[in-house]
Amino acid sequence: MNRNPANPHYISIEPYDPNALEQVTKAQEKFLLASQWQLIWWKFKQHKLAYWSGVFIVLLYISILICEFLAPYNLHTRNTDHIYSPPQPVHWFHEGEFIGPFVYRWYNTLDMEVLQRIYHEDTSQVYPLRFFCRGDEYEFWGLFTSNVHLVCPAPGSTLFLLGTDRLGRDMLSRIIYGARISTTIGLVGITISIVLGIIFGSLAGYYGGWVDNVVQRVIEMIRSFPELPLWMSLSAIIPVTWSPIWVFFGITIILALMDWTGLARAVRSKFLSLREEDYTMAAQLMGASTRRIIRWHLLPSFTSHLIASATLSIPAMILGETALSFLGLGLRPPITSWGVLLSEAQNINVVAIYPWLLMPVLPVIIVILAFNFFGDGLRDAADPYKN
Amino acid sequence: MWAYVIRRLILMIPTLIIISIVVFTIIQLPPGDYLESYIAELQSQGESVDKQKIAFLREEYGLDKSMPEQYFTWITGFLKGDLGYSFEYNMPVTEVVGDRMYLTILVSTVTIIFTWIIAFPIGLYSATHQYSWGDYGLTLIGFIGLATPNFLLALVLLYLANVYFGTSIGGLMDAQYINQPWSWDKFVSVLEHLWIPVIVIGTSGTAGMIRRIRANLLDELNKPYVVTGRAKGLGETRLLLKYPFRVSLNFFIADIGNMLPSIISGAEVVALVLSLPTTGPMLLSALQSQDMYLAGSFLMFLALLTVIGVLISDLLLAVLDPRIRLGEGATR
Repeated sequence: MNRNPANPHYISIEPYDPNALEQVTKAQEKFLLASQWQLIWWKFKQHKLAYWSGVFIVLLYISILICEFLAPYNLHTRNTDHIYSPPQPVHWFHEGEFIGPFVYRWYNTLDMEVLQRIYHEDTSQVYPLRFFCRGDEYEFWGLFTSNVHLVCPAPGSTLFLLGTDRLGRDMLSRIIYGARISTTIGLVGITISIVLGIIFGSLAGYYGGWVDNVVQRVIEMIRSFPELPLWMSLSAIIPVTWSPIWVFFGITIILALMDWTGLARAVRSKFLSLREEDYTMAAQLMGASTRRIIRWHLLPSFTSHLIASATLSIPAMILGETALSFLGLGLRPPITSWGVLLSEAQNINVVAIYPWLLMPVLPVIIVILAFNFFGDGLRDAADPYKN
Repeated sequence: MWAYVIRRLILMIPTLIIISIVVFTIIQLPPGDYLESYIAELQSQGESVDKQKIAFLREEYGLDKSMPEQYFTWITGFLKGDLGYSFEYNMPVTEVVGDRMYLTILVSTVTIIFTWIIAFPIGLYSATHQYSWGDYGLTLIGFIGLATPNFLLALVLLYLANVYFGTSIGGLMDAQYINQPWSWDKFVSVLEHLWIPVIVIGTSGTAGMIRRIRANLLDELNKPYVVTGRAKGLGETRLLLKYPFRVSLNFFIADIGNMLPSIISGAEVVALVLSLPTTGPMLLSALQSQDMYLAGSFLMFLALLTVIGVLISDLLLAVLDPRIRLGEGATR
């Protein structure tokens, strides 16, 4: 320290390091060198709810690949002795002694007064649950036949964790199988609507002018239709003679036809701002074609936003399918989706007498919440350079 | 201002024309027409079909004409208030539809008001108490409302209302008041039944609205004018109500346009489950029996309702927000 009264100015006598200002710590360096996707991933991971919703969604999609194995019964197995059975309790202790998960014999008597089956437990004998066990035989994706299930009841007993329906089919198994259709409808539908959204949105945004005007009017018009009546009318077009799988695609396309407008708008507004960027001008001056500019310069810069908005519109599709199937306009048995399952619970009697038939609504709610949280997290993380 | 209103009205015309063409195409798309399914039905019941009568009917309803001709007959009739003829009910569509239209409008309007009353205070609270437990809890409840399929909620509420309040099942009024002239008792009966559909339809819209209000207010709360107000020593409540609140009101009006289509389609499903005498159930049966003029008029009416709703919200917005009416005028 130099405190010379003749020179009031402060002068540090420490050795001068010219790089001092530019020095970064290891963590900072990692952050600065990270790619955009890495930054998105880091930011996304901070959002705990979104992160775990994402994990749940991934597990869900894995589970629909192996639902034959996960479900205790097959989709169409009918237990004629157990029609309209309420959820069967699983016990751990028998007469004060720990046994592990087991069920008692589950039988019904007919109440002659109201003509309703009343279910009872016969506590005399214990039937422990079996895991990785042999049960109903199934064909795994048409590749091989097997009969291994994650969990099944002991021989001679039953396992209806969520009860059975009017044909004695296990609700839990049907819900697990239903996930296959209900969740893929969202994915297939969103793929179609992303493609439509990108095509129309980028045309409108990049060219502007009359193209923009026409696309905008079409979008406005589609959006001014109330969705459901239009879905209803469009699905009335699907001929009854179509095979279930075609009906499935028909419904998906109908759902997507109404859904792409939101994505197209997002794409358009992004394009409008991005085409003014310097790098677009540079690409144009270098003689790149429109297609190349859109594909290689503009699209990558907002892919993350696109994915986030797409995720947020999957729930609407799942709900749409559920509502249509519930009304009998969407999928029909033998295809089993959550909406088809819920259509069994169409009248007030079911709510009063067999409330467990409403169970398929639980997975619907959970999946839709998960997609919403996941999409929210993605949207927040989509622009990692903000803040 | 008037220039803006007129421009907005003129812009509506092409939209409506396109919508009417689309509606007409959609109701024509299923193979065959009503008479064909009518013939099939008669034959399946073993009744003989009078060829001459069918040919007469076909000519009478103009089903033998080409598509564009049929479209023009339909749309010109529509403009004159003649909605065509319902095959299934054997009377003019206007008579079949009647009260149902008004009830649809009533249910939708009450639902919008309900959504506002619920969403506004919650949105305000969530924005001012960001990341508090209250914020998380209310947001979660809103999300659950969003995720529950409308029809199921309707079914369960209907059951609960019947068990706990003894409300009769289905419909918008007790059976004794149907087709009766309006009276105080009938009005009360309608109110007793109205809350179920209103809650059910409202829940799905409320969540989205809360989130939009919250996001919007949060943006406003960070603006310099709020800091200025605080620096001048304005109390928090006054500050909030005097500035950011008023700005977010604009957006609130603009949101009607977003909400209307979803409210109307929500109303349709709920109407089916609750068998409300609104348009939903009748549209469904008209679609299934290919009663094309009836179905077409319903679709057209629902679209019209939305377009007019959006128009009203745009005009209100222009009244409220000078940036919109002046900005638009200046650029064009």
